[in-house]
Amino acid sequence: MSYQLKRRRISQFAQVLFLNFVRKTKEKEKGDEVKVIGGVKSRYCIRVQWALKLKGVEYEYIIEDLKNKSPILVKSNPVYKKVPVLLHNGKAISESLVILEYIDEVWKENPLLPQDPEERASARFWAKFCDENVISEVWEAFGAQGEQKKKAIESAQESLTLLERQVEGKKFFGGEKLGYLDLVVAWIPYWLSAIEEIGEMKLLEAEKFPSIHKWTRNFMDIALINQCLPAREKVLKYFHGCLRSYVA
Amino acid sequence: MADEVVLLDFWASMFGMRVRVALAEKGIKYEGKEEDLTNKSPLLLQMNPIHKKMPVLIHNGKPICESLIIVQYIDEVWHDRAPLLPSDPYQRAQARFWADFIDKKMYNSGWKVWTTKGEEQEAGKKEFLENLKTLEAELGDKPYFGGDRFGFVDIAFVVFYSWFHAYETFGNFSVEAECPKLLAWARRCMEKESVSKSLPDQKKVYEFVAQMRKKYEAE
Repeated sequence: MSYQLKRRRISQFAQVLFLNFVRKTKEKEKGDEVKVIGGVKSRYCIRVQWALKLKGVEYEYIIEDLKNKSPILVKSNPVYKKVPVLLHNGKAISESLVILEYIDEVWKENPLLPQDPEERASARFWAKFCDENVISEVWEAFGAQGEQKKKAIESAQESLTLLERQVEGKKFFGGEKLGYLDLVVAWIPYWLSAIEEIGEMKLLEAEKFPSIHKWTRNFMDIALINQCLPAREKVLKYFHGCLRSYVA
Repeated sequence: MADEVVLLDFWASMFGMRVRVALAEKGIKYEGKEEDLTNKSPLLLQMNPIHKKMPVLIHNGKPICESLIIVQYIDEVWHDRAPLLPSDPYQRAQARFWADFIDKKMYNSGWKVWTTKGEEQEAGKKEFLENLKTLEAELGDKPYFGGDRFGFVDIAFVVFYSWFHAYETFGNFSVEAECPKLLAWARRCMEKESVSKSLPDQKKVYEFVAQMRKKYEAE
């Protein structure tokens, strides 16, 4: 290769490096673009909002009309077409538990998951238990009648007892600080009481679940938690509608 | 002190197979204990009192349950070799999303294919094939779901390959005809020793499933 050609190649390479540096600096100055596509009263969407607030991340919340799904939702979550979806610099992440772990890995402040692999596995296990077992048993109790309702309530309370033991003697499920599992279980203080009211049942009695009640007070005391809560009337109206579909 | 690793397992369990593949990928020596599903051992009941199911990984006496949680645990503890999840957070999120899809959609629709008959089975088969096609679209022209490297999503799904013959026979369809790229991917994975030594023979699984189906019919 001639000397001039070599010089030209080096110069072109240096230009590419410089332009890349300028682009990345401008991106950094612009900051991350974070959007959340979510519902108004969804217990899954609020987890994502809480996680972002805990990390001090600014975001835009785009309220989705779930009866008339937007092109952006369908494009961002073509598999399920559901909320929440996190859009980070244009890239879409779906499923609330997946989003929580993504947020934790990108923004390192106020870690949500523990560092220790065994503790992380335990947090993931109980999050799955909460989302798959507790919620489905509560729903069953909600929609059931008579003897079936009584049995479903007992079953739901057995699962809630297992959760109770996880927070016994602790301020939060995560220990001294709020963490991943707290955000996953956090539908209990607000949404469960609405489900109990509309479903005409009592699941979380204070004398049977003193640790969860104490955790609820610690959790609801946090200002940024309260900021995202939907109006209780909206939540009650939603579950009223759910009960009507059960009965129908 | 050397690690003590025990796996409570059942030979035909797709969930158990995932853990076997992950341990093999990392080259981890372990003691496998075969469970009798009709007579679960005191050790299993002690180590997984919540669900009483396997697989359970017991690492230095401490239990880890749920197959995908176990695979992530293995990846985090033995992080110095054969990474199973990508390092980039967005790619990791995609991997977790698809593994979760496989757990939520494939197992239940597959269940309907081999446990039911008539209209219910047809509906299950339709759902199963739709889900297979969704996965095939996600795979695209990549050699593995993770791209060039075999990883988390491949581990989550390749275990179904051992059950394909059972699904195909009871559901009356051919995976190769419906999703040729997916079958090619499965065969590519089976070329890896960590996979071929961890998955049972398809015919043996079929015989097991046939027995289980008769039991369900009798009940």
